[in-house]
Amino acid sequence: MKALSASRPPYLTISGLEKRFGGFTALTGIDLVIGEGEFVCFLGPSGCGKTTLLRAIAGLEPQTRGSIVQGGRDISRLPPSQRDYGIVFQSYALFPNLTAAENIAYGLVNRRMSRSAIDARVAELMTLIGMLGSGPKYPSQLSGGQQQRVALARALATSPGLLLLDEPLSALDARVRLRLRGEIKELQRRLGVTTIMVTHDQEEAISVADRIVVMDHGRIEQVGTPDEIYRQPASLFVAGFVGTMNFLPGRSIGPAGVRLGGVDLVVRRTTVAAGADCTVCARPEDFIVRNIGPETPNTFAATIGDTEFLGPVVRARLEAPALGDTPILADFSLNAVTDLDLLSGRAIRMALPEDRIRVFAGRSS
Amino acid sequence: MVMATKWFGAALACAAMAAFASTAAAKTQITVYTALENEQLKPYKEAFEKANPDIEIVWVRDSTGVITARLLAEKANPKADAVIGLAVTSLILFDNQGMIERYAPKGVEALKPGFRDAANPPAWIGMDAYMSAICFNTVEAQKKNLPKPASWKDVLKPEYKGQVVMPNPASSGTGFLSVSGWLQSMGEADAWKYMDGLHENVAVYTHSGSAPCVQAARGEYVLGISFEYRAAQEKTKGAPIEVILPTEGVGWDLEAAAIHKGTKNLAAAKKLMDWLASKEANMVFNNFFGVVAYPGVTKEVPNYPKDAEAKMIKNDFAFSAKNRDAILAEWTKRYDGKSAPRR
Amino acid sequence: MSAVAGGGERLAVDRDGWITRAAIVAIAALLFLALVAPLWSILSQSFEDRSGAFAGLANYARFFATPALSYSILNSVLVAGVTTLIVIPLAFVYAYALTRTMVPGKALLTGVALVPILAPSMLPAIALVYLFGNQGMIRGLLLGESIYGPIGIVIGEAFYCFPHALLILVTALSLADARLYEAAAALGTGRRRVFLTITLPSAKYGLVSASFVVFTLVVTDFGIPVVIGGRFNVLATDVYKQVMGQQNFQMGAVVAMLLIVPALASFVVDRLVQRRQVALLGARSVPLEPRAKPALDLAMLAFCAAVGTVILGILATAVFASLVKLWPYNLSLTLANYVFEDFDSDGWRSYWNSLRMAAYTAVCGTAVVFAGAYLVEKGKGFAAGRQVLHLIAMVPLAVPGLVLGLAYVFFFNAPGNPLGFLYGTMALLVVCTVAHFYTVAHLTATTALKQLDPEFETVSASLKVPFYRTFWRVTVPVCLPAIVNIAIYLFVNAMTTVSAIIFIYTAQTKLASVAIVNMNDSGAIAAAAAMAVLVTATSATVKLAEALLSRLLLWRTQAWRRR
Repeated sequence: MKALSASRPPYLTISGLEKRFGGFTALTGIDLVIGEGEFVCFLGPSGCGKTTLLRAIAGLEPQTRGSIVQGGRDISRLPPSQRDYGIVFQSYALFPNLTAAENIAYGLVNRRMSRSAIDARVAELMTLIGMLGSGPKYPSQLSGGQQQRVALARALATSPGLLLLDEPLSALDARVRLRLRGEIKELQRRLGVTTIMVTHDQEEAISVADRIVVMDHGRIEQVGTPDEIYRQPASLFVAGFVGTMNFLPGRSIGPAGVRLGGVDLVVRRTTVAAGADCTVCARPEDFIVRNIGPETPNTFAATIGDTEFLGPVVRARLEAPALGDTPILADFSLNAVTDLDLLSGRAIRMALPEDRIRVFAGRSS
Repeated sequence: MVMATKWFGAALACAAMAAFASTAAAKTQITVYTALENEQLKPYKEAFEKANPDIEIVWVRDSTGVITARLLAEKANPKADAVIGLAVTSLILFDNQGMIERYAPKGVEALKPGFRDAANPPAWIGMDAYMSAICFNTVEAQKKNLPKPASWKDVLKPEYKGQVVMPNPASSGTGFLSVSGWLQSMGEADAWKYMDGLHENVAVYTHSGSAPCVQAARGEYVLGISFEYRAAQEKTKGAPIEVILPTEGVGWDLEAAAIHKGTKNLAAAKKLMDWLASKEANMVFNNFFGVVAYPGVTKEVPNYPKDAEAKMIKNDFAFSAKNRDAILAEWTKRYDGKSAPRR
Repeated sequence: MSAVAGGGERLAVDRDGWITRAAIVAIAALLFLALVAPLWSILSQSFEDRSGAFAGLANYARFFATPALSYSILNSVLVAGVTTLIVIPLAFVYAYALTRTMVPGKALLTGVALVPILAPSMLPAIALVYLFGNQGMIRGLLLGESIYGPIGIVIGEAFYCFPHALLILVTALSLADARLYEAAAALGTGRRRVFLTITLPSAKYGLVSASFVVFTLVVTDFGIPVVIGGRFNVLATDVYKQVMGQQNFQMGAVVAMLLIVPALASFVVDRLVQRRQVALLGARSVPLEPRAKPALDLAMLAFCAAVGTVILGILATAVFASLVKLWPYNLSLTLANYVFEDFDSDGWRSYWNSLRMAAYTAVCGTAVVFAGAYLVEKGKGFAAGRQVLHLIAMVPLAVPGLVLGLAYVFFFNAPGNPLGFLYGTMALLVVCTVAHFYTVAHLTATTALKQLDPEFETVSASLKVPFYRTFWRVTVPVCLPAIVNIAIYLFVNAMTTVSAIIFIYTAQTKLASVAIVNMNDSGAIAAAAAMAVLVTATSATVKLAEALLSRLLLWRTQAWRRR
């Protein structure tokens, strides 16, 4: 497992973490190192343990076992108030009876700062979130996006070493969500604060994170850059959860080959023992239809079924009896569709480059 | 922290405030248990405190039965310093239980012999006598065409059915002295037979001894078995009632006073007893009662029945005190139980 | 790898944590002493003989062997049952009018129906004496029956219980799903069938709950039977007679235990019903908007007006009674009945005592209740402590006032109890009253707190702001309407309650409600009426002041609620 980030000094180190609620194991075997200034997303379906992990880091759901070290300090048994983080929730949790400025100043007032220093800091943050002038407004007078910006500013006001974001964008409508996620990313870059964001939206994770931690059933499935997660999923689960994927049942025929139906495909390498069941994964955009010659490896015949217009591409459902009964989804650029006349009912030849194929033991369910 | 202390401490502070607010006075306060009538409390208290400016009386008042029961119940952990204006039968009961601090007030010899404990020093001193009486509403009687009763026997007449109200002897001293009077004057068997008959006519047994007379005064019922003092008071207030002392004679009791054993204010309690035995005090009692302990204090009380002393039966306090529990148990068994609504 | 890798989920406890724990323990201890310990002592007393030795079930056996006492059970059940049968249909129709029709003047009709809550329970009984007593203004309506007894008790209790039933049924009927009615209309279902198949079933939990509440209120009420019960004994007056009249504490304890039975049953039913009722209304339900149906609305208005007239008539009778010189012989009006010194040794002092007691109860009670609810709802860690606190907070709902008051006598007046110094103080009356009405106040506070974002405390911890600061700056201001509500609830109940404090008042701390009972006992019924009217007027004034003030307060301090 690729745990350590390559370039940054470690800031948060989680080792052997486990969390049980009665008989239910919410987290197990969590080992993770997050580098200083890194933006990490915890990604997974609901109930995978990503929020529990965030709350363990915050000291809100103390872990059953394992340790958390932040900035060289063991915080495993420290209560929230003695840890060093700012936190933003899906619900914003803004104090409704305090103005935006008072909300942002909330953590500062307690720190024996002078009034003018507080005011200056609040103004600085209001500028940072682009809401200078909205200070005297109450939360109920702000839009959802504005409220979340204020919550962000409040969390950052005391300059914490770690910023925790618990599904911060889920309550917003799609358009605001897109804009705000860009703003969060930019703000994080500028301030360089180590940030963990929990999300169930893979697209959101891919767009903002330096690294993504994909989780399922209380375990870490894979840690990697968005590119690694997308292109080199470490497990069937990751392969299926991030992006669209074809899962084709097959059988291993050696370290560099699998058999799908009646066709043998060449693959980069597989650890699946020869003769064992395996699943071959390929993304729709990885199939090629141009420039296929007799020497092109991994070619096969297919018939185009239904097509779906997705804007830049057309997604086609293909029948490829040679590869087995499973229909295949493939994306064709609009150019290819026009040039090759890829319409429903056409029989075509296509290929799957060997470096795009991932092979996993077992069958996907 | 300051906030927390403020908020959570507030509760405790409140409680403490309430607890100590009432104990701030400088005078010696003596707690006096009493069954005196409400309107007597103020004049008695004022007169005493005028004579003893350093002492303040704090009354605990309820009906005779309740005060008696309460004092018995508090025996282990007494709250009272003195008991005044309570039926002497109750005080004798307390004395038998060792609850009384004997004391001979200054000038106690001057009181009428029947009005003080014969022992020396006496356990109790009398204040005044009070007796059962019938309050008869003449206006309502006329409307309903009811004759005026002259004797206890008359009250059994069926036309009074549902028109008679009397106090429950278990809670009211007046109720008890009526019952005790019948038992002594009629003989036990006849008295119970009499009460069986009376029960047929009684609409309600009240908690207090005054209530029957007040209710008769309001015309709620025609005939209230109460006591002579209340009857005179109501009549003076203008109620259309007549005060009847039945021809067979009436039960009576002394209102008496004593010091509670174990009081922390013994000196003050003794001063109270001294005052109660004085002529001045008896003149205050005489404003309400025709018959008081100090000889020669006989100012006429408005509307007070003239022949009161003559109607008082020969009363054996020891009998009443000794048999109080048994009498009440029998009475409760016979009459308190039949609680079916009265038509 | 860090050294700390052991099991257990305990975090180190910070200062906030210690304060939270200390506060939870303090409040739980307070409630323990104010509730659990006294109840335990009354329970054990019922199994002891007069000398304090264990007697097993002997007291209970003696109770059931005494026909006078066991008769009272039948009597209590009878009046409670009849009252329930009368009140529930009346309250149901009234609630139906308020929620499902377009009767005009709903606010006024609601206000009138709630009037009895502001009055001590003795008030209707006193008014009934003037209306139906042997000299009553309209005694002919009774056709020769006596008001003293079950008839008087039932009418009085109906007045007293009506608003309690109404509130429950209004809530039940408000939870209607319009889609059901639209579906029925689309199918052409008749009005009667709609009522029988949709309206009634959807309100059935409310009906069950209201029935139990009314039944319990009647069985445990003391004020009405003591005034108008005549020779008709019920359990509530039996406790009083056994204890106050005969100082038979053991028998009093036995009756008290019997009084707990219906209260406990009602409590359990209410819990079950609430759970079901929530499930009844899905998140996608559409609230029902009543539509004008002139004939129905008019009939309903007539009905509500009739009920309202009876309620106001009873109140007016009490006012009239308090002003008449000598009923029925001298009907000139006078304020003499308000010169309480002439009727009761304590005179006006008992009224001032009541005001003071109610004020202390409102202030201290609200502080403790809200702080307690906050700790239960928002405290971090110490789950066991919070659970215990919440459990104890629910106990008072199942404990009638008479039982609680008697329990206080047993517990605080026991020789050797170091808390004995409290006995006979105003402080104990306040503690008792707060404990008596704790549950409803606690639930009100909890409901308000539940509406706050659960992460406020987390946010403030992450900002290193101590929880009590957030409590003071955010939680309290945001919950202010609920806090005022709790304070008023406690104040009004402290003014009117008689059942618990009748056992623990002393000469120095006599209260207005006790004075009403005492004055009525000694026959001074006009003065008793005057005091009852005074208490009602005080509660009403406070309630009205709250309505005005909270409007002002909302405007001034709750600017953040506006958009």
